[in-house]
Amino acid sequence: MSKSHSAVMLRRNVKHLTRNPTSVFNAVLMPVVMMLMFVYMLGDAFSVGVDYVDYATPGMLLMAVCYGLGAVATAVNSDMTKGIINRFKTMDVSGGAVLTGHVIASVLTNLIAIAAVLGVAFALGLSPNASFTDWLGVAGIVLLLSIAAAWFTIALGLFAKSPETAGMAVLPLVMLPFFSSALVPADKMGPGLKQFAEYQPFTSIIETLRGLLAGTPDSTDTITAIAWCVAIAVIGYVWARRSFTKRA
Amino acid sequence: MTPSAITVSGLRKAFKDKSVLDGVDFDVPAGTIFSLLGPNGAGKTTTVNILTTLMKADGGTARVAGHDITADAKAVRAAIGVTGQFAAVDELLTGRENLQLMVDLSRVPAKDGKRVVADLLDRFDLTEAAGKHASTYSGGMRRKLDLAMTLVGNPKIIFLDEPTTGLDPRSRRTMWTIIRELVADGATIFLTTQYLDEADQLADRIAVLDQGRLVAQGTPDQLKRQLPGTHVRLRFTSGAELDAAARIFPDATRDDEALALRVPSDGGTKSLRSLLDRLDEHSLSAEEFSVHTPDLDDVFLALTGHTAEAAK
Repeated sequence: MSKSHSAVMLRRNVKHLTRNPTSVFNAVLMPVVMMLMFVYMLGDAFSVGVDYVDYATPGMLLMAVCYGLGAVATAVNSDMTKGIINRFKTMDVSGGAVLTGHVIASVLTNLIAIAAVLGVAFALGLSPNASFTDWLGVAGIVLLLSIAAAWFTIALGLFAKSPETAGMAVLPLVMLPFFSSALVPADKMGPGLKQFAEYQPFTSIIETLRGLLAGTPDSTDTITAIAWCVAIAVIGYVWARRSFTKRA
Repeated sequence: MTPSAITVSGLRKAFKDKSVLDGVDFDVPAGTIFSLLGPNGAGKTTTVNILTTLMKADGGTARVAGHDITADAKAVRAAIGVTGQFAAVDELLTGRENLQLMVDLSRVPAKDGKRVVADLLDRFDLTEAAGKHASTYSGGMRRKLDLAMTLVGNPKIIFLDEPTTGLDPRSRRTMWTIIRELVADGATIFLTTQYLDEADQLADRIAVLDQGRLVAQGTPDQLKRQLPGTHVRLRFTSGAELDAAARIFPDATRDDEALALRVPSDGGTKSLRSLLDRLDEHSLSAEEFSVHTPDLDDVFLALTGHTAEAAK
């Protein structure tokens, strides 16, 4: 077949983004608002040893990824529950083509939000010491996280009963950054929460980004972060492909 | 003999331990309309899902367009078009873009795409709305677009799962006309419906599905012969009146709970007049009088001994 199904699906998803700008707007607006609120409004009240904007930016980059996920889960679920995926299946369109379209659209939304957050961070005085390779590392980790989160979100979206529950299902992913070292160091938290924050996947990712931006990357953090991302991506991918095949 | 478009034998499917299809057999000759009739939950959509390769059967065999649905699913998909129970249109795309999407995913050569889209828009009266987002379409328009999308690539066998559920009477008639035209062009239609009149209007053969089993199969005329037929329903105010009326109409069936009597009748003025005259002769008067033509409920009552409602 001369026409690539993947390209057709991706074009459809990108068209959705341009037709439904509110979902992109929300994905960009929320992390920017969080950035302004925590850094510009409350930032001086935190003492974390460094300039607060330098401390908070890595966590905000993570939030920029997470806030886009609700719309992705809702979109995938509505494709499933409204019979659109069934239609594609009876036309012999592969799960790979349909789902990859959603993944790329999700990553694109994330990249727009990340660019916005970085822009605001620089405006608020972000002063990284990252070398060119460190920046490449930042880009790599953020991209990896974005792809992993997209596959996992798509799996949740395919699994959920309705678009509403799909939107709710990603809420833990949106909340998780608050219980990590994104806003304050984990060792300043109360017992229980402190251990949770230390070991949950987002903390290692945030610490990796923090190290890279400061020009002092930590290899343990980096390996842990990559391992978490790969694990989340693989679980999401396998789960999504299975749901796609099984659910009719 | 005409070749079969669809042959199904001993089809079984269970979800967890609940049996949904329990040994279903039928045969659909090419170029005909076959209607699977049944209430919600009878197993109609499951049958469609299995025959369109969306779901695997637990047992039995089925061939669609001559291909085995499990061994040769790809060949089956290439021969069929499917319109599901809900209009599966992309609401963020326009009508034209929805059809173009189908062209891009189908085997239609890219150079013919524009013409195929324009022809379908024209045929379904959607040219005027072609540039509007499908989210602004009425229910009837969505259904039409949905069906038009199914027809991209000229499938030989078309599955329609409750194509008129939720449509207003006019849109329903339009849909019926379209379905008849498809068969006139040589397609085979597999249609599910909850409406007896729809199956009666369209189908060459009807199979009645109840709790995963086919309880009857035949032409609409053959099925109607098994039905109680048209009758007059008389409702009385007291049991004594019902008793008296039951004595003068010995072939009637009584419903003690509703204090009603069903008297067989052809519904013509002559037989109705004589029925009323006999009531008069015995100085009886009914509280309510209605002429009743058989519907799905009667089919179920006649074939299964329970109503469609109770089958849920």
